[in-house]
Amino acid sequence: MPAPQCASCRKARAALRRPRSGQALCGTCFCAAFEAEVLHTVVAGRLLPPGAVVAVGASGGKDSTVLAHVLRELAPRLAISLHLVAVDEGIGGYRDAALAAVRRQAARWELPLTVVAYAELFGGWTMDAVARSTAGSGRSRSCCTFCGVLRRRALEEGARRVGATHVVTGHNADDMAETVLMNFLRGDAGRLARGGGLGSPGEGGALPRCRPLQLASQKEVVLYAHFRRLDYFSEECVYAPEAFRGHARELLKLLEAARPSAVLDLVHSAERLALAPAARPPPPGACSRCGALASRALCQACALLDGLNRGRPRLAIGKGRGGLDEEGPPGRRGSQPSGPPASEPIPGF
Amino acid sequence: MCEVGEDYRAPAGQPPPRPGREQKCVKCKEGLPVVVIRAGDAFCRDCFKAFYVHKFRAVLGKNRLIFPGEKVLLAWSGGPSSSSMLWQVLEGLSRDSAKRLRFVPGVVYADEGAACGQSPEDRAKTVAEAKLVLQSVGFPWHIVALEEVFSLPPSVLRCSAREPVGTEGAYKAAVDSFLQQQHALGEEQQSLPCPPRPPIRAGPPTAGQTEALSTLFSSVETLTAKEELLRTLRTHLILHVARTHGYSKVMMGDSCTRLAIKLMTSLALGRGAFLAWDTGFSDERHGDVVVVRPMREHTLKEVAFYNRLFAVPSVFTPAVDTKAPEKASIHRLMEAFILRLQAQFPSTVSTVYRTSEKLVKAPRDGCAAGTPGPRCLLCMCVLDVDTADSATAFGAQTSSQLPQTQPPVAQAEAPTVSCCCTGMGGARHCCRTEEDPRARVIEQLCYGCRVNMKDLPSLDPLPPYILAEAQLRSQRAEAEQIQEYLLEDREDEDARPGES
Repeated sequence: MPAPQCASCRKARAALRRPRSGQALCGTCFCAAFEAEVLHTVVAGRLLPPGAVVAVGASGGKDSTVLAHVLRELAPRLAISLHLVAVDEGIGGYRDAALAAVRRQAARWELPLTVVAYAELFGGWTMDAVARSTAGSGRSRSCCTFCGVLRRRALEEGARRVGATHVVTGHNADDMAETVLMNFLRGDAGRLARGGGLGSPGEGGALPRCRPLQLASQKEVVLYAHFRRLDYFSEECVYAPEAFRGHARELLKLLEAARPSAVLDLVHSAERLALAPAARPPPPGACSRCGALASRALCQACALLDGLNRGRPRLAIGKGRGGLDEEGPPGRRGSQPSGPPASEPIPGF
Repeated sequence: MCEVGEDYRAPAGQPPPRPGREQKCVKCKEGLPVVVIRAGDAFCRDCFKAFYVHKFRAVLGKNRLIFPGEKVLLAWSGGPSSSSMLWQVLEGLSRDSAKRLRFVPGVVYADEGAACGQSPEDRAKTVAEAKLVLQSVGFPWHIVALEEVFSLPPSVLRCSAREPVGTEGAYKAAVDSFLQQQHALGEEQQSLPCPPRPPIRAGPPTAGQTEALSTLFSSVETLTAKEELLRTLRTHLILHVARTHGYSKVMMGDSCTRLAIKLMTSLALGRGAFLAWDTGFSDERHGDVVVVRPMREHTLKEVAFYNRLFAVPSVFTPAVDTKAPEKASIHRLMEAFILRLQAQFPSTVSTVYRTSEKLVKAPRDGCAAGTPGPRCLLCMCVLDVDTADSATAFGAQTSSQLPQTQPPVAQAEAPTVSCCCTGMGGARHCCRTEEDPRARVIEQLCYGCRVNMKDLPSLDPLPPYILAEAQLRSQRAEAEQIQEYLLEDREDEDARPGES
């Protein structure tokens, strides 16, 4: 049975059905609709004003590739200029291949690329070193916690180096849904209180950041990359199987099978959570070490690095945080990051 | 587990000692332990009972919502948690006077066999078993069949105002005056529980009603929507019983485990705005009748052990999702997921529960404070569907828009709500001109109820009170709309703007 006609242009044969509405569209019309929806998200939310210099967090994966491509298409209409910022976490066998993909993209699209490495910014700590350090504690490694905090700091630093005014990342609707599930299962009331919404406006010295793909479902992102024949890196990080997010992801897949609108329903719920004032993070002050915006005495990046440097990697991951003010033995305090960048700690999503 | 706030512990040299035969109860250090609660706390029988009972009374005492002498309706489903709750109330009322619970209980049992597809013989058998248990308990009891929703009045869906909740001082004063009263009445009157009054029933359901109910439930396309519909109708029915017989509080027997599952399920159903009402201790959305959940700190494991050790009677009633495969509905999925995760990370349920305690009953920051908006027709929470500016309004629009080229389907049979009003609450006039009764009902629902209604292809099998109330509300809204144009000093004009 031949495919139905495209519902939009009614000339070409339909090549796909949109996952959410079941509408049959040809490739060109689908890409046009996808781009139009991203444009609407950006314009309606006033996310990227004209003249903005936008740093795109590029990991080489499908989300950031699609994001970069769509924003490049929309750049003339939005009057923004783009820079790609890639973060090298130092994960052997994974990040090198991903960075190669980013370099190819930058060359093909003629966009300036800046690479920021953990080893350079954080005193020699690569993710592999962090993983080795946290593996000793016997329980599941929490290296993903480190990576998330440090990557956002690195992204901010990279954005500053290129003189950007906004930071964008490629999180899609599925990511948002997984995040809210995960935060409930972990009991992270602070992140729940901060989450939802279209991004953070940026407080103090931090750059405003947003997620233009936030309402696009993951399937559509993959379909777009397919129809535009985008070259991206599709392997999973070597540490991903140990992350807690895997449970939330599995649950989301099951929920979506039972009810197709589950992803949107979760995003709707996340937007409307009301948490007690006591659960919300305290008003931000300044980190005592690097001067960045922080809710506590030390910003989270400095706290995590401190724990690593003292050989107690789980120091900053936990309720107590009492040991943070101790002076470690002099021999241990080897490589302190010299002049960490003055940028804000990460509000999680 | 990567639980936030997990304390750092130095790597243990050897695993903690396993409880051996010689171990004693951790509380009294004397008795032989019979059950292990939480992680490794072994209790003997008496200490376990004291712990269990204490928790129940502590939850009631901490919240101070149930005033002495108040009439409280216990919603009993026959399952272990609500049976345990019943038993706790029974025991609590028969204690010595100083520590006695001081309210007047009644029990309601809802027979849902028609919705679950049970045969009449099975239903009669289950009801007979339930009656036996209720008679032995001794409180005034009501057995209602779910078919009675077809004779409910539309006033069930209206939120009646209630007197403001008393302050701390008012509660203490009420307790003191109650005690004085009892003392004055003399001792004899306190010790006898009230004799079981004859059951108050409207008569067995007619075959026509049973037929209508099973038509309704078989027309729902997904199990998720079925469960939600059943929950809604059951709530309305119990509310009606409470209002008719003058009960001001309803006690539900949801345990900690069930509430954690319910919270995650509500999240997945789009009810994030109402989590505090759905899973908190007290739920006052109905106004005059307040729903409380005194079993919310007991885990299902504790309930099961208590029921077994102390022989609490319960009645097994099959539900809509009995024997359904795991992936059949969101409720089943979430239950299986949480219980599986709990087996791997034993603190899952308590973590979710603790997070639920931090939720407040308020609109999110940044939303307009002031007069609360209209309430959802079915779940009676303040509507949470925003204007087009909300992120999900846009997402919902793209998902429900059907291409214009499809031939217009007959309006009463529209499979999905295809007009743009799904996401945006503001633009209602386009629906009005088409006079689509379905759209009229849909726009009075909150987001979660709207998504459920998508699985109901036609609204006709719904009980009449829902449709009548929907009609009334939209007429009232229309009347408000034209109110500004009416000139008041015209006496010859018919002053009845609601009729069109």
